[in-house]
Amino acid sequence: MNLIEVKNFYKSFGKKIVHQGVDFAVKKGECLGLIGGSGTGKSVLLRSLIGLEHPDQGQVLFEGQDITKLSENQLIDIRKKIAYVFQGGALFDSMTVYENLAYPLRAHTKLPESEIQEKITFQLSEFGLQGTESVYPANLSGGMQKRVGLARSIILHPDIILYDEPTAGLDPFNTKRIQEMILQMKSKGHTSILVTHDMPVAFAVCDRIAMLMNGRIEAIGSVDEIEEKSNHLILQFVQGEIR
Amino acid sequence: MTTPAFLSLFYAALEILGGVGFLVKDFFHEGLRGKIETHLLIEQIYQIGSRSFPLIALTAVCEGMVMTLQFGFSLSKFGGQPYIPKIVSLSILREMGPVFTSLMIAARVGAGIASEVGSMVVTQQVDAMRALGTSPIKKIVVPRVLATTITLPILASLANVIGILGAIVIGKSELRLDSGFFIQKVLSTIVLSDFYSGIGKTVVFGILISFVACYYGLNVKEGAKEVGISTTKAVVTTSILILIGDFFLTKLFWIIEHAF
Repeated sequence: MNLIEVKNFYKSFGKKIVHQGVDFAVKKGECLGLIGGSGTGKSVLLRSLIGLEHPDQGQVLFEGQDITKLSENQLIDIRKKIAYVFQGGALFDSMTVYENLAYPLRAHTKLPESEIQEKITFQLSEFGLQGTESVYPANLSGGMQKRVGLARSIILHPDIILYDEPTAGLDPFNTKRIQEMILQMKSKGHTSILVTHDMPVAFAVCDRIAMLMNGRIEAIGSVDEIEEKSNHLILQFVQGEIR
Repeated sequence: MTTPAFLSLFYAALEILGGVGFLVKDFFHEGLRGKIETHLLIEQIYQIGSRSFPLIALTAVCEGMVMTLQFGFSLSKFGGQPYIPKIVSLSILREMGPVFTSLMIAARVGAGIASEVGSMVVTQQVDAMRALGTSPIKKIVVPRVLATTITLPILASLANVIGILGAIVIGKSELRLDSGFFIQKVLSTIVLSDFYSGIGKTVVFGILISFVACYYGLNVKEGAKEVGISTTKAVVTTSILILIGDFFLTKLFWIIEHAF
């Protein structure tokens, strides 16, 4: 069963055409990698899946419902089911780590503060972030900010997780750590879409990979299928010759 | 062919008007739905109100002192010094107090709102709010608009009192006007409508400052450099709107006062 489906997706910014007829679908429990060169609109596409961007034309179906037709208020219920992990973490810098994690819980649940505290303590320990409760985001390393961002995104137990370049700018140790976390989420049955330039990570965690090129999905298939593609541009990208 | 400068200015004005119009629509449609987040409102009242007070007090006292000196020097040529308390107090209450306070708030708070919200946009914090199923209008715009609209009239009222106190001090020390005489003249001159016509303006200015500043902040698109540009634009736009709005509001209150 398809959890997310993108149909005939068109998007342009002024005269710059970014997408011209993107089609793909993601099954429940699957991890899809979205790869492509810089400026091909991977992040724009990912943002559209949660209604942060609106296509000029086309549909984005979540559980069969076209979210492009929904208002901001109607999107709230959809967004509770979809987690978005931002490239830089996008933590609220005026709040501590604890308050950042408490934010979605306070907004969408009626849990007493004791239970919120319990959940946050558990979540932070799961991500190796014990003791950071009272720390402000500015005092965390880039890797820790990304982990806090991930912890905050999934605290409401979403159906699907959208990762926007989760390993960009990280050292190999933190990259490995984030990779393991994505695999951990996958093993728990979360559906996910991963936008990345990091091919080893994409190969390690994704079930299928889609390559965005020239405003369309140029190739989509399992990791093996993508590696076997005869298109030299895809091969060059996969082998790290295009960035 | 390049667009004439006045046309570009006209288009820019229309764009701001349209953008702020949509923000006002979202404020009522999205922001006021459900409970208002009182802790955010109180925090903003503290940030906008309490923290602006020293600046407003300094501005008000200087304004009262300078006006007394200027009127003192000018009116002494005609023997009109006894009229100073009347003229100064009326000018402060009806015009100088509210307008100076609003301009200072536009500079301090308008810039603060535009740069803070702009930085939140650049660092994707506003997107994160939306992605987490919450409304940036409710979390960012509503507390700032309400706090500015509530605190500006209060600050202007305090500025009026401080301005008159400054005038009394300078009246005594520089113009040898007895403080008791000054106070008695002030109290016998001003009526409630003088106070209302000044404070009424600040309610409108509070709404203008906060909406325009939020609009510029939320419309930052291209990184840190644009945060600075948007902040400048927010201060310039609100200052111009205050000065233009002042004329029309003065006229409006004048009509209302004479109608009743």
